[in-house]
Amino acid sequence: MPLTPVLSRRWNDPESWTLAAYERTDGYLALRKALTMQPDEITAVIKDSNLRGRGGAGFPTGMKWGFIPQAKPGETSGPGLKPKYLVVNADEGEPGTCRDLPQMMNDPHSMIEGIVIASFAIRAHLAVIYVRGEAVHALRRVRAAVDEAYAAGYLGNNVLMSGYHLEVVVHPGAGAYICGEETALLDSLEGYRGQPRLKPPFPAVSGLYSSPTVVNNVGTLASVPPILLNGADWWKQMGPEKSPGTSVYSVTGRVVRPGQYEAPMGTTLRELLEMCGGVREGYSLKFWTPGGSSTPLFTDEHLDVALDFEGVAAAGSMNGTSALMIFDDGDCIVRAVGRWIKFYAHESCGKCTPCREGNPWMVQILDRIERGQATEEEVDQLLDICDNILGRSFCAFGDGAVSPVLSSIQYFRQEYLDHLNLGGCPLDPELARDTALAGAGSPR
Amino acid sequence: MTEGGAGESGRLSAAYGRHGTAHTVASPVDIGDLGSSVTEEVVPDDVAPLTEQTRREARQIIARYPRPRSALLPMLHLVQSVQGYVSSAGVALCAEELNLTKAEVGAVVTFYTMFKRRPAGEYLVSVCTNTLCGFLGGEEIYAAVQEQLGVHHDQTTPDGRFTLEHAECLAACDYAPVVTVNYEFYDQQSVESTTALVDALRAGDRPAPTRGAPLCSFKETSREIAGFSEADRAATALAGPSVGEPSIAGLRLAAQRGERAPAAGTPGGAGKDA
Repeated sequence: MPLTPVLSRRWNDPESWTLAAYERTDGYLALRKALTMQPDEITAVIKDSNLRGRGGAGFPTGMKWGFIPQAKPGETSGPGLKPKYLVVNADEGEPGTCRDLPQMMNDPHSMIEGIVIASFAIRAHLAVIYVRGEAVHALRRVRAAVDEAYAAGYLGNNVLMSGYHLEVVVHPGAGAYICGEETALLDSLEGYRGQPRLKPPFPAVSGLYSSPTVVNNVGTLASVPPILLNGADWWKQMGPEKSPGTSVYSVTGRVVRPGQYEAPMGTTLRELLEMCGGVREGYSLKFWTPGGSSTPLFTDEHLDVALDFEGVAAAGSMNGTSALMIFDDGDCIVRAVGRWIKFYAHESCGKCTPCREGNPWMVQILDRIERGQATEEEVDQLLDICDNILGRSFCAFGDGAVSPVLSSIQYFRQEYLDHLNLGGCPLDPELARDTALAGAGSPR
Repeated sequence: MTEGGAGESGRLSAAYGRHGTAHTVASPVDIGDLGSSVTEEVVPDDVAPLTEQTRREARQIIARYPRPRSALLPMLHLVQSVQGYVSSAGVALCAEELNLTKAEVGAVVTFYTMFKRRPAGEYLVSVCTNTLCGFLGGEEIYAAVQEQLGVHHDQTTPDGRFTLEHAECLAACDYAPVVTVNYEFYDQQSVESTTALVDALRAGDRPAPTRGAPLCSFKETSREIAGFSEADRAATALAGPSVGEPSIAGLRLAAQRGERAPAAGTPGGAGKDA
């Protein structure tokens, strides 16, 4: 597959974050076009493009917009008359995921243009951008871009003299991974602890302030202007039919040139490794995530899996956010999974028992296994705990947390057992020298 | 467990063929770290009082939203920007302005990592120790800075200058291992570069971040997060660098190879430049 920069194409332009730079490269032309269309026509183009949400779940964007209830002529009551909101999920924090921050820092107007078009399509007059609190440089670039867009008439009372009005608020988070879950994000935005809500009702029916709400990811919205400008067929020339378009693949970890590689959906790791110079010298690929730490791990058996929503699912994982964390044969699987589960234990919102209690239990067991101080039964106990979290948690966080555990035991069970047999990590150079450690494992 | 003498160890290790990094460093994250520690508030003498100006600015934040309570998170960043943490006075101010109980506000404060319950230092040093950064050196960096500063997670040096924390994924994995100071990025760090950074900060310098605005204090950063920027800083802060090689690795390669997305209206698909 060739590289096809669309979302990332402006990132290296001089002062790329400014309105002037954006306007020089087709900026806000798609909005001008949108304002000549009927809102439902815009939604139809996005439906036709088959754009899938870039936040991880891959839900069809046009369909999501279409779920927003709209008042029929003459209607005097009903959900269609409620105010509608667009909320932008810019709370990037899934381990491995690192493409929304550069999008906002280097090309914030692409997202803002997408926001105006999406809001117009769903008849919203308020959009809120929920930016991860720690992402302070993204916050300042997005705020400045919103100010510029107001001053230039792209936002505000009378967008480009069309009569349409849209206010945009930039909202800072405060450090909670779970707020990337859309209903937790909405609770957080309403000024509460960020804990997920029961679905249904879905946000399209009852979202922000119990009103119909679309929650879209940064990359999803940044994809909207080029699709509207160039047409749905243009978008569908790239990638497979069911997951068309480009994806910004974040290739990180043990590779020669980590970074962002935008290519058509369905690109394989083999191709991406070739682009980034491969795994570091002298080592070979061992395990990797196709879409962040919440997606089941892949191994060197999966080099030719098409990295799109269908391809990855068929191979037993999830495309997620195209966040490819690459690990090699110098890396210990038990330690890797243990660190991830510490993350999930720390970030569990505490609302439901399986996730709140299960993750800290797994931390303790993984820690003991890493030090070779556990029994084989405890490896199976991990599977049992996973069974009690998976599908039994309130939101997808729990399912995400068990992904690395289940997949690592599936592919690397022997390495778990080797820790127990050795009394420590088989990759530990100290252990190799100091054999006194081996066999010293007894439960704490 | 009884097996596993010298032979077993050697054989198994040999089977793995090579030795990893970071295995000799103890895990920086103890299970005890998982919950936020709630201690009795000791109000230091030198904490700035919340003023009428704080209230005015809190009301400006409230005015941004259709419903007042939505302003709570940025309001907490605001009171933190005055006092360096969210004190009980800060909680009370937010509660009064939003017509909430202090318990309701307190419940929110304790949920979010960025709200500090004790005065934070002038510099909040956050070292990512999530798996990827941790494996690429983050764990050693965290261990070294712990030793250098003599404090552990979520603790502040006695002189009030540094607060250290091990952070979760900072969404900059392509620049791993990353460290942030007051949330500005110092990319592709090593033990040497981070300890040198801390030394420089100690000496009164403020080395420029790899990506982000010129460094300011934790309180000043909190104020920016709340949505207030001082005119004399805004332009320079905005222009702070945001692109390193990893962000544009794909762009560079595409240019080299002459590859691009298809032009609009051409049926041919993605391809090479003619």
